[in-house]
Amino acid sequence: MPKGMTVIDKERCKGCGLCVAACPFGVLAFSEEHNSSGYNVAMAQHPEKCTACMVCAQICPDVAIEVYRLDRAESKGAA
Amino acid sequence: MSPVETSIPAGYTKVFGRPNSLSDAPTTYCPGCHHGVATRLVAEVIDELGIQERTVGIAPVGCAVFLYRFYRCDFVQAAHGRACAVATGLKRANPELIVFSYQGDGDLAAIGTAETVHAANRGENITVVFINNQIYGMTGGEMAPTTLAGQHTTTTPRGRDVATTGYPLKISEMLAQLDGPTYITRQSLHDAPHVAKARKALLTGFQNQVEGKGFSLVELVASCPTNFKMSPQKANKWLVEQALPAFPLGDLKVRD
Repeated sequence: MPKGMTVIDKERCKGCGLCVAACPFGVLAFSEEHNSSGYNVAMAQHPEKCTACMVCAQICPDVAIEVYRLDRAESKGAA
Repeated sequence: MSPVETSIPAGYTKVFGRPNSLSDAPTTYCPGCHHGVATRLVAEVIDELGIQERTVGIAPVGCAVFLYRFYRCDFVQAAHGRACAVATGLKRANPELIVFSYQGDGDLAAIGTAETVHAANRGENITVVFINNQIYGMTGGEMAPTTLAGQHTTTTPRGRDVATTGYPLKISEMLAQLDGPTYITRQSLHDAPHVAKARKALLTGFQNQVEGKGFSLVELVASCPTNFKMSPQKANKWLVEQALPAFPLGDLKVRD
């Protein structure tokens, strides 16, 4: 299981791409999808690389990203 | 807004989400606008200090004019530039309130300069959040007092000529010379580490008011990709290369 997980609210995303550029692990990318406002939304293309560093969420101007972290006990169990 | 539909597998804990003080309304800011980050940071600080019930914000005129929609706290919409004067009245009438104004550079540094300087000079116990994006955003990208020398805007299509329009106004440096203010700082919003620093500065600004220490102003250097006519990433780069040398970051005045 990856250490972290991002959940992007597609309707809030305005497709600015700041999270895609800021992610240090290349998790995020633009998807093929457009939301009801017509914005090309971001998505987690490589969710397995996520470490829950929260850089994407810190930089997102629309607070569209939620970040989840794998609990310590779970990550030890997996290893 | 649609609720997040993805189910979270067991073993994961939420470490970042929308602050409680932020409403569900979508912001009216353009894609990539740093106003959104500043709006969120203020909401996080209100949550952290547990002051949501007694906080009153003063909405400006400018891109943040609909600010009262975005927060779960009371708001007053001030006339252009008068936010500090309205905040003064509110705070003096009811000192129990936590009063903050949230203003852009067209509001605070242009039409509202007098109100801001005098509120600072009186050391009013209020918190001012000042978004400096070097341009008039809402009205279509005209030159602001904070526009950089040589910067292209719709009213300075050949670049700001300092011989006829003067130099970028450094509000924070100006106010830091006064005896009245308690805390004057300038931070930036262009990347995650600076966003974290800006949050800390806002926390200090609000904490000062809670402790009754006096006037705090947090200037946040921000970008306006739409009116800079750049992509959000390029606007961030421009901010680092052009704006930050003109507006150096750091605490300009800290009084205990």
